[in-house]
Amino acid sequence: MEIKVRLFATLRENRGKELMLTLPEKATPADVINELDIPKADVAILLVNGRDGDFNQELNEGDVVSIFPPVGGG
Amino acid sequence: MNGYAGKILRINLSDHTYKTENLDHEKALKYIGGRGLGSRIMAEEVPPTVDAFDPKNKVIIATGPLTGTPAPAGGRYMVVTKSPLTGTIASSNSGGYWGSELKFAGYDLLILEGKSPKPVNIFIEDDKIAFKDAGHVWGKIVSETTSILAEEAPDKAKILCIGPAGENLSKISAVMNDINRAAGRSGVGAVVGSKNLKAIVVKGSSRPKIADSEKLKEVVKESRGKIKDNGVTGQGLPTYGTAVLVNIINEGGVFPTNNFQTTYFDKAENISGEHLAENFLVKRESCFACPIACGRYAKADEIEGGGPEYETIWAFGAACGIDDMKSVIKANYWCNEMGLDTISAGVTIAAAMELYQRGKITDEEIDEGLSLKWGAADSLVSWVKKMGRREGTIGDKMAEGSYRMAEHYGMPEVSMAVKKQELPAYDPRGIRGQGLQYATSNRGGCHVRGYMISPEILGLPQKLDRFAIDGKAEWVKIFQDLTAYIDSAGLCLFTSFAIDAEGYAKLTNAVLGTDFTQEDLLEAGDRIWNLERDYNLKAGIDPSQDTLPRRLLNDPIPDGPSKGNVTRLEEMLPKYYEIRGWTEKGIPKPETLEKLSV
Ligand code: SF4
Repeated sequence: MEIKVRLFATLRENRGKELMLTLPEKATPADVINELDIPKADVAILLVNGRDGDFNQELNEGDVVSIFPPVGGG
Repeated sequence: MNGYAGKILRINLSDHTYKTENLDHEKALKYIGGRGLGSRIMAEEVPPTVDAFDPKNKVIIATGPLTGTPAPAGGRYMVVTKSPLTGTIASSNSGGYWGSELKFAGYDLLILEGKSPKPVNIFIEDDKIAFKDAGHVWGKIVSETTSILAEEAPDKAKILCIGPAGENLSKISAVMNDINRAAGRSGVGAVVGSKNLKAIVVKGSSRPKIADSEKLKEVVKESRGKIKDNGVTGQGLPTYGTAVLVNIINEGGVFPTNNFQTTYFDKAENISGEHLAENFLVKRESCFACPIACGRYAKADEIEGGGPEYETIWAFGAACGIDDMKSVIKANYWCNEMGLDTISAGVTIAAAMELYQRGKITDEEIDEGLSLKWGAADSLVSWVKKMGRREGTIGDKMAEGSYRMAEHYGMPEVSMAVKKQELPAYDPRGIRGQGLQYATSNRGGCHVRGYMISPEILGLPQKLDRFAIDGKAEWVKIFQDLTAYIDSAGLCLFTSFAIDAEGYAKLTNAVLGTDFTQEDLLEAGDRIWNLERDYNLKAGIDPSQDTLPRRLLNDPIPDGPSKGNVTRLEEMLPKYYEIRGWTEKGIPKPETLEKLSV
């Protein structure tokens, strides 16, 4: 299935802003960060379709995964 | 006295006299300083029903006991007064270097009273105080005023002033210091303007006494370590500044767009922190003794200056449907020059755009060559300048803030404000605790009275479900109380991403020689909160004003990741009143005030 991944701040370095990943059925955000070589510790905020996501939730075709490193306040 | 300078400078602007008074140490410890002590003095000396521009209103400029000490980010001061925008007690906070300098001059607080017959500047150099004519800087923008006065001042003096907006009594004008730091909110600049005071120049030569210097060294090292190790204060804020929030808030679908009509801005990337850092950032800036250095300094074409912050980018950006970062940087620059609050200025332009969209403002009223269409980036700077100088029909109305402007056009509901103060950059329909915080904030629409974004979005100190209702009242109370303490101590709120109440207690105790526990600090915050509430009630700010704009209560978010949600304030408010020890109607119970000995 195709998953859209959006990366922010320092996670963009050498990876880009937005990627399409082809992953097997039942893949999870944990698989996404593995694929992109992002250490779990660098993930401060994980969203799936804009909602709080979980590393182990099953993704569905067309889902958007947004990943942020620790970021600041306003 | 440790931490405190021990003196108050009371200035009578009507006859250009002054006197120094000893700080009441017991009272200071009870209300800490800054916002808390300033509010206490307001409650004692300024009748709550006074008109903000009446000479009987006072402006209290207050440092905290940690201001000017080595405590991290301890450079803050507060401007406490009765707000012309909200009618509530106002306390607006600023960083930079001016606050610590006031402390070095030997004063914890300045109390400004009366009204000068003519524009005046005050020069303070330790115990030498001088009143000097301000005719030559009246009407001048902030950078010009600052450089002219720097020539007249002792070397390395720090300068606080108002811009044309404050002189013109704009209800959304700021007090500026060090050129681009602002005590921005609630129209405090206009109160200074109403007193015909343009600037306060200060230079000091002493340092606050520290109760236990060795201990302080140790605790400062520990808290600096925490700041460095924390992802937000150690990496996020230093690298991207606050602007990094643009993408995260937008991704969650809570980034108010076109005056809160929608909450996802499809062009957010163009105004993001990442885009700012790559294309416009010149350097980072820091305030006194701050290891975080979140400040930005950006350049767009011929314009170069401090900022823009996240809230500002949003207010001039998404709130107005604008995705042109250059225009945002320039609008921010001109807000600083005019001495305007960037949040209120941007949201007021957004409200004008909606009034235009709904046919309330017509083309005939709009100054030639300008536009109020969504996304009208080219007009942004002109609107800011007109607002600051009250030029033209619309500029003059904008200077009154969004609420009064929208009310004039018969559509007050278009003003995205609480207690007439414009809301910041987070749609509470998808961040419910923040909604409760907005509604109950003692100075109206504001995010820094309790930054619920921290747990609800950033997951700090722990992740809360942003759509949940349960437990939010308790969290809001703790955040509000701790913030009241931080604001009173003279520290920057951003330290709270890394330092907890216990850490603050350690810093405070090392400086003051006290033995405060974290519970004591929260209790002091609670006391300050209740004092402000009591003042507001006496000022006629009815609890029915603990609410949000109709749109946020009734209209579900139309699309994007937070689609379908409203704020559900009515489900949280009763619980909040209860845990505050207030009646169902939102009035502090006598026993609550007694317990806290307000
Ligand atoms: S964190 Fe930012 S605003 Fe706060 S004191 Fe440091 S530089 Fe100033």
